[in-house]
Amino acid sequence: MDESDRESRGSHWWYLLFAVQFVAVLWVPFYNSVEPTWAGVPFFYWYQLLWILIGAVLNAIVYFATDH
Amino acid sequence: MEGINWTALVIFVVIFGLITWLGFVAANWRRGDLSLINEWGLGGRRFGTVITWFLLGGDLYTAYTFIAVPALAFGAGAVAFFAVPYTIIVYPIVFLVFPRLWSVAHKHGYVTAADFVKGRFDNRWLALAMTITGIVATMPYIALQLVGLQVVIGAMGVGGAGLLGDLPLVIAFVILAAFTYTSGLRAPAAIAIVKDILIYIAVFAAIIAVPVAMGGYGKVFSAVPPQKLILAMPPPGSWGAYGAYATLALGSALALFLYPHSMTGVLAASSRNSIRRNAALLPGYSLMLGLLALLGFMAIAIGADKLPEFAAGFKQFGNNFAVPAVYLHFFPAWFVGIAFAAIGIGALVPAAIMSIAAANLFTRNIYKEFISPNCTTSEESQMAKWVSLVVKAGALVFVVLIPLQYAIWLQLLGGIWMIQTLPAVILGLFTRWFNSWALLVGWAAGTLLGTWMFFSVNPPAPTYPLNIAGFGMPGYAAFYTLVLNLALAAVLTLVCNAIGSRARNDETRPADYYV
Repeated sequence: MDESDRESRGSHWWYLLFAVQFVAVLWVPFYNSVEPTWAGVPFFYWYQLLWILIGAVLNAIVYFATDH
Repeated sequence: MEGINWTALVIFVVIFGLITWLGFVAANWRRGDLSLINEWGLGGRRFGTVITWFLLGGDLYTAYTFIAVPALAFGAGAVAFFAVPYTIIVYPIVFLVFPRLWSVAHKHGYVTAADFVKGRFDNRWLALAMTITGIVATMPYIALQLVGLQVVIGAMGVGGAGLLGDLPLVIAFVILAAFTYTSGLRAPAAIAIVKDILIYIAVFAAIIAVPVAMGGYGKVFSAVPPQKLILAMPPPGSWGAYGAYATLALGSALALFLYPHSMTGVLAASSRNSIRRNAALLPGYSLMLGLLALLGFMAIAIGADKLPEFAAGFKQFGNNFAVPAVYLHFFPAWFVGIAFAAIGIGALVPAAIMSIAAANLFTRNIYKEFISPNCTTSEESQMAKWVSLVVKAGALVFVVLIPLQYAIWLQLLGGIWMIQTLPAVILGLFTRWFNSWALLVGWAAGTLLGTWMFFSVNPPAPTYPLNIAGFGMPGYAAFYTLVLNLALAAVLTLVCNAIGSRARNDETRPADYYV
C-alpha cells in the first residue's frame, strides 16, 4: 500500500469510517431481532436501511477528508 | 391474467417507443468517432459524476434485481435482505480500489480489466483467464435481464405459450440490439436517466401508497410468518444462517465490481473523482433496493399467490410474479404501465452495457490478442459491434429454449467464478508481488472448487455447508474459494521466488495509479 501514501498522507485514519460500516452490517447478532420496532418495521429491517444512509454520510466524509 | 391489460400496455409501449428513439439519437450525444472502441465501448470516457451515477445505477441495480430480491423476500423472508449489507459495503471497496483502476486505464488506454492484467503482469494466459471468466459470467446475467422483461410483459396479459408468446421479447431484443450497435455505451447511458427516474417514481409510490392502503407497515410485517421475519438462530456448533448471510453479503460485494459491466461503467467516467464521489452517491440506489425488497412482504400480506387473478402468473413465473402482483393489486392500470415500463427498460440498460462489456473483452483480449494482432482500430470497433449482437442473440436463445432454472444456476455460479479474478485485478492494482502463474493456478483452483461446491448440494446452491473440526460454517462458496485462491497464489509466489523465476515486465508505473 506504499504507493497510496501520496493520496492520503496524514489522513489514513479516515478510512476507519469504512471499517465501521463493515462491522456494523456484517456482524449479524447486532441486529437480528424484531424488537425494537419502529413504525411497525422490525429492527432487523430499519437498522440495515438506516445504515445505508449512515454509510453514505461516512463515505462522503471520507471523500472530503481525503480530497486534495 | 385474463386478457390483455390495454391501458398498461399502451403506456408501456409509448414509453418503450420513447426509449428506442432516445437510444438511437444518443449516437450524437457528445459526439465522438464511433469507429473507435474507446468511443463505442466506453462513450469516449467522458461521463461526469451525474451521468456516471445514472449509468452505474442503471447498470448494477438491474431489472432482474428488482424482480428477484422481492421474490426472495416473498418466498424465503429475511435472508433476501442480504442485498442491503451487500450494497452498503460495496461502496467503500469502490472508493478504495476503483479510482486506481480508472487512472491506470486512462493512462494506458485499457478498455477492460484483462487489458490491465496483461499490462501489469505481462502474461497473456492470465489475461485470457480473466477474459473467459468475464464473458462466461456475463452471458447468463444478460439472459436473466430478459427474464425480468418477460415477467412484466406476461403480467400485462401479453404472450403465453409457444414461440408466438416469445414474440414481444424478440421485438424488445431487436430494438436493444439495434441501438446498442449504432450508439454503443451512449445509448444505455442516455436511457438510464429516464429509466432511473421512472423506477424511483414507481418504488416510492409503492412504499408510500401500499402501507397507507393496508393501514401501516405494522400490518404488512404482522402478516409475515415469524420464521421468515428474521434469520433463524444458529443451532449449537454452527454459525448457521448468520454466517451464510454475512458471507453472502461480503462475497457478493467483492465480486460486483469485477463484473465486466461494472468495469465498463467505471472506466467510462471522465475522472477518478467521479468514481470517488459516486461511492457516497450510489447508496441512493441501495436505499431504493432495500425498500423494494419490502414489496415481497406486501405480496405476502395480500396473499398474492392465493388470489385467483394472479394464479396463472404465479404458475408461469413462480415467486418472480410477486412484484407485478403488488402493482396490479394496488395501482390503476396507467400507473402499472409506468412501473412495468421502468422494469422493462431496467432490463434493457444493463443488458446493453453487459453485451458491450463482453464485446469489449472478446475484441480486445481474444480477437486482437490471439487472432488478429494487426487489426486496425476501425476493424477492432466493428468486431466489438458484431460481438455485441452475437452475445445478445445467445442470451435470447438461452431464455427461449433453455429452462429458466439453468440460467439462474449459471448466474449464481457467475458470482463464484467472477470473484476468482480478484487477486489479479484488485490486489494487482496495489502490488506486483504475486507471480502471474501463481495467480493463474489460484484462479483455476478457485473456479473448480467453487463449481464443485455449488453442485455438491441438492438442489445446487451458492451456500456451501463447510464444517471445520465439528463447527458448522455454512457460507457463500465464492468467499471460501477466494480464500483458497489467495492462499495458493501467495504460497506458489513464494515457491516461484525461491526457485528464482524470471521477473516479467510491468508496463505500469506507481504514478500511473493517480493520474
